[in-house]
Amino acid sequence: MGKFLKIAAAGAVMLGMMCGTAAYAQEVIVGLITKTEGNPFFVKMREGAQAKADELGITLQTFAGKFDGDNDSQIAAIENLIASGAKGFAIVPSDSSAIVPTIQQARDAGLLVIVLDTPLDPIDAADATFATDNRQAGRLIGQWAAGSLGDAAANAKIAMLDLAVNQPTVDYLRDQGFMEGFGIDVKDPNKYGDEDDARICGHEMTGGAEDGGRTAMETLMQKCPDINVVYTINEPAAAGAYEALKAAGRDDGSVLIVSVDGGCPGVANVKDGVIGATSQQYPLLMASMAMEAIKKFADTGEKPAVTEGLDFFDTGAALVTDKPVAGVESIDTTKGAELCWG
Amino acid sequence: MSDDASGSAVAEKGLAGATQAVASFEEDRKGPIRQVQSFLHSYPTAIPFIVLIVGIIIFSIAAGSKFFAPFNLSLVLQQVTIIGVLGIAQTLIILTAGIDLSVGAIMILSSIVMGRLSVVAGVPVEISFVLGVGTGILCGLINGLLVALVKLPPFIVTLGTWSIYGAMIIFISNSETIRSQDIAAIAPMLQWMGARVALGGGAILTAGSMVMILIAATVWYVLNRTAFGRHIYATGDDPEAARLAGINTTWTLIGVYTLAGFICALASWVLIGRVGAVSPLGSQTANLDSITAVVIGGTSLFGGRGSIVGTLLGALIVGMFRNGLALAGVDVLWQEFAVGALIIIAVTTDQWIRKISA
Repeated sequence: MGKFLKIAAAGAVMLGMMCGTAAYAQEVIVGLITKTEGNPFFVKMREGAQAKADELGITLQTFAGKFDGDNDSQIAAIENLIASGAKGFAIVPSDSSAIVPTIQQARDAGLLVIVLDTPLDPIDAADATFATDNRQAGRLIGQWAAGSLGDAAANAKIAMLDLAVNQPTVDYLRDQGFMEGFGIDVKDPNKYGDEDDARICGHEMTGGAEDGGRTAMETLMQKCPDINVVYTINEPAAAGAYEALKAAGRDDGSVLIVSVDGGCPGVANVKDGVIGATSQQYPLLMASMAMEAIKKFADTGEKPAVTEGLDFFDTGAALVTDKPVAGVESIDTTKGAELCWG
Repeated sequence: MSDDASGSAVAEKGLAGATQAVASFEEDRKGPIRQVQSFLHSYPTAIPFIVLIVGIIIFSIAAGSKFFAPFNLSLVLQQVTIIGVLGIAQTLIILTAGIDLSVGAIMILSSIVMGRLSVVAGVPVEISFVLGVGTGILCGLINGLLVALVKLPPFIVTLGTWSIYGAMIIFISNSETIRSQDIAAIAPMLQWMGARVALGGGAILTAGSMVMILIAATVWYVLNRTAFGRHIYATGDDPEAARLAGINTTWTLIGVYTLAGFICALASWVLIGRVGAVSPLGSQTANLDSITAVVIGGTSLFGGRGSIVGTLLGALIVGMFRNGLALAGVDVLWQEFAVGALIIIAVTTDQWIRKISA
C-alpha cells in the first residue's frame, strides 16, 4: 500500500470512528469473516449470523476473502473491525496459522475472537472454536465405508481426493479421520501422504470443486483401475468424481464414494446413490452460537466454554446415509434434507 | 538540375573501386546455434512440439503402460479441453500484445446464465443457451471497448472486469450449485459436450475435444488466411505501423476481445459437458492456466508472434506433465513445480529466439 493510501485509509478510519462514537455510542458491533462469498456454506453461515444478530439487536459487519486461501483480505477485515470498535468477531480462517498474529492483535485490543469451522493452528490462539469435529466427521465416513465393505475392506483400493497442497487443517483432519475410521495406520495424524498402507492408491488435489474432482478421479483410476472406495474432501469434489466414474462405466454401485459437508445438493446426491454417505455439519448453528457468545461477552465479559474432553466446542456432525451400517450412528436423507444448508 | 547531374558525376567518381553489391543483411554469424535460432524463429510451434514428444517418451519410460496407452493419452486430451479452448481465446488477445485475466470468469458467468435460466427459471434450453453465449460476447465486447476506445491497458481492464464478472457470478448463482442430475433431466443439451466417442484401442474422444479442435482450426484459418488475421498480428507487432498502413486497429482490437468472449462462452459449454454440474466455485485459476498454455505454446507475451497450434500443444504439455507425474507416483507439489519451470523455460526461449531479429 502506498503512503498516500495509508494516510487516506487512516483518515477515513478516524473519521468513521468519530462519527461512529458520536452517533451510535450504545451500539454493539460484531464481525463475521468468511473464506469466500462464492461458497453456499459461508452464505448460510452469514444468513444464520444475520438472523441471530437482528434478534439480539446487535450490528453485524460481514467480510470475506476473494478466494479460498485469501489471508490478506482477512487480515484487512480484522483491522477494520478493531478500528470500528467491534466487541468481537467470528472468523473462518483461510490460513489457519498465518492469521494467528493478527488475531492476537485483535485479542490484545479486547475483542472476543471465535473461530468457526476451521480451527487455528494452534487452536488456543482464539478465545473459542465452534466447529464440526472434522476428524470425527472423517471417522464416521471411514467407519461406514469399512462397515459397508465388510471383509472386503482388507483388500479395498482407495482413492483420496483432497483439498489443496498446503493441507489446511480441515483437509488433513477429514482425510486422517477417514483413515482412522477405515482402520489405516495414519503415521503422523496431522499430515497426510506419509501412510504406507497398500490399499491407498494416492492423494490428488481437487480444490474442493467439481472440475478438480473429475480430473483427480480420472488420474487415480488410470493409476489404479480397481479403485472401489473414494474419499472426497467435500460434496462438489464427490460430484466431479462421480462424473469420472460414470464416464468410465463404473457408476454401477461398485465404487463407494464418501464425503463431508451435508449441503443440500450433497444430501440429494446421497439420496440418488451418487454418494454412499456424507458427514453433515451445521454452519447456521455455528454462526448463531458465535453471535450469542459475543453478545454475552459484551454484556458480562464472560467467555464461552469448550465441549467436555475437547479443545473446542463441537457443533456436531451426523452421518447421512440411506444404507446404515451396524455400529455407526446415522440419519437418513429425509432427516438430512431437513437439516441441510446451501 | 544540371547542378545535380554534375554533382552525381563527382560522386560517381568518388565511388570508383567500391563494391557493386546491393545492400544486404549480414549473414556472417551463421553457426549451428544461429541456424537453430533461425529455424525456431521461423517455426514457433517447433519447441512445444519437441517438448511434447520428449515428454511422452520420458513418461512412457517412467510410468510405463499406464501412461502410454491410447485411453490415457486421450484422457489427457479430455482433461485439457477447457484450458485449450480458453487458451485459444487468450492467444488471440496475447497476439495483440494484450492479456485477458477475465477469460475464466466470463466462462463461468456464461455457464451460470445457461444453467440458472434453463434449470431454475424454466426458460427453454435453446433460449438459455443463446443468452449464455450472448453473455460471453457482451463481456468480451465490454473488455474490447475499454481497451480500444477508452485506451486503458488490457491488464488493468481485465483485472477490473475479472472482479466485476466474478461478482456477477455470485449474484446470479446465489452461490448455489446446480446438480448434474437436474441438468440431465431438464436441460440435457447443456451437457452435450460431454458426449463420448470410442476410438480404437480404448481411446475416447469427447464432443468437447472435437469442438476444441474445430474452434482451433477455424481460428487458425482466420489468423492465417484472412485480412482480419493479418491485422491482428500487425496490431500486436507494432500498432503504430499497423495504423499507418491503413489498418483500423481500434476495430481490430474490439473484434479480437469480442471474439475471445464468444470463445469463452463456448468454453462454458465444454465445461458443463465435462463436470456435469454448474458451479460458481471451481475453475478459479482457469485464466492463469490459459496464459500458461499460451506461453508454453511459444506465443510471445509481447505480441505479434505465436500460433493457435502452439497453444493447444502448450495445454497438452501441461496436462501431460500433471498426468505423467501423478502416474509415476510423484507428489502433487512437484507437478506444480514442473509446470512453473516449464513457463520460465518457455519465456527464456522466446526471448532468445527474438534476438535473431534484434
